[in-house]
Amino acid sequence: MSSLPALLDTVLGVVLVVLGLSAALVAVRLLRGPSGLDRLVALDVLVAEFLVGLVVYIALTGDSSLVPVVVAISLVGFLGSTTVARFVRRGTGR
Amino acid sequence: MNEPGTDAQGPAPPDTAGLLRRAVPVVWLVLVWVLLWGTFSWANVLGGLVVALVVLTLFPLPPAPGRGWVRPLAALRLVARFAADLAVSSVQVAVQSLQAVRPGPEIRSSVIAVRLASSSEFVMAMIVEMLSLVPGSVVIEARPEQRTIYAHVLDADDDAAVAAFRARVARLEADLVAALGRPTAPHTEETV
Amino acid sequence: MSALRAAPPPDPDGTLGVVLDAVGTVSIVLGAVLTLVASVGLLSLPDVLSRMHAATKPQVLGLLLVVIGGALHLRTSVDVWMLVLVGAFQLVTAPVTAHVVGRLAHRGDGVRSDLLHVDELVDSADETDPGPDSPETDEDGDDGAEGRGDRAGAGSAHRPQRAAGRSRDGRNGSSPGGSLDSGE
Repeated sequence: MSSLPALLDTVLGVVLVVLGLSAALVAVRLLRGPSGLDRLVALDVLVAEFLVGLVVYIALTGDSSLVPVVVAISLVGFLGSTTVARFVRRGTGR
Repeated sequence: MNEPGTDAQGPAPPDTAGLLRRAVPVVWLVLVWVLLWGTFSWANVLGGLVVALVVLTLFPLPPAPGRGWVRPLAALRLVARFAADLAVSSVQVAVQSLQAVRPGPEIRSSVIAVRLASSSEFVMAMIVEMLSLVPGSVVIEARPEQRTIYAHVLDADDDAAVAAFRARVARLEADLVAALGRPTAPHTEETV
Repeated sequence: MSALRAAPPPDPDGTLGVVLDAVGTVSIVLGAVLTLVASVGLLSLPDVLSRMHAATKPQVLGLLLVVIGGALHLRTSVDVWMLVLVGAFQLVTAPVTAHVVGRLAHRGDGVRSDLLHVDELVDSADETDPGPDSPETDEDGDDGAEGRGDRAGAGSAHRPQRAAGRSRDGRNGSSPGGSLDSGE
């Protein structure tokens, strides 16, 4: 029973690795995406995964000073996505 | 602050109810402000009040969605069904994503028009919001004049799936209207 | 259970803390698995709109699960409320992005029409805000929408006029993104 917290920490570490792997997959779509909208969707997912990674890191370390960063990114990411959507359509619509 | 609410309806609304309804967004904004600071103190509440009033004066909200208050039981049922929908659809889309890795016929979808029974723009906005939150359906066009929304539904490959989606939207709308405490058939021209 | 209560671990959180940590970790793992599958779907699904369905998962349920897990880990801190706010913000903002992107994708060629079973948006003309890529048709798009499931017919006499007035506004005014790529 005493090893359970250590086990949980290990699991969280594995989760971080999994998140890095999925971010790499998203980056493939980001680089390859045929249209600008593909890249935009990929970027959106990348922001979401970054948020997830930050929360996991917070849970792992118990360091709650990063929480305001999470709040800020969740808002700025939304603004960025919707703004970029407009410009994507204007520029490289294909 | 008072202009956008008062000129929305012809006759002057009863004062207490109108004031209460206009106070709802202020309360929400103050709540968000206090949550952002993390601690409850009177300085935070007062600061939040100032910020909320300034924001609502500079960016006035459209008139309140309707009379009456949220019915707690119906709202709980709505939230529970939405959560179940979210979980089920997430698993479905996950399975479909994994199946798409294997070579084979690519997944087919549909763009489905659904005509809503309610004329309220608020109900429409909530339906669009909830449909877009659930994986597997994204509302790509909404036309309040025709009460019609157009949704892209993943894996809606035959007419049965299209009919099922329409039934899902109708059930969602009925739940939503029940939660908002309004009759299903709109009998007043309060919106649009 | 009695064995757990009889021998509390030495850490200050106690058994309850460990249990909460475990539940939070399970929640985080579920969210991470959803995120990974969504990334796979982003690569494997055929067109922009289909990929957006995969993208909805990490943004909504994945992030919610992870935020719940993080809040369970941080349970004593005041910052838990901020994590709740993150979840709420995401619930409010994710549909907006999805709608904007989906709308643009359908107007451009982000949708492979050979993969659509039915496309009822093409059947009815876009009259309120004509897109750049869909040529404007003069026939009233109301007909297509009126035909099916007219459950509430009250007030339909006023609607065409209102729609016409709105469409004139849309054509004269600057419809977003509409004017610039007309040369494509």
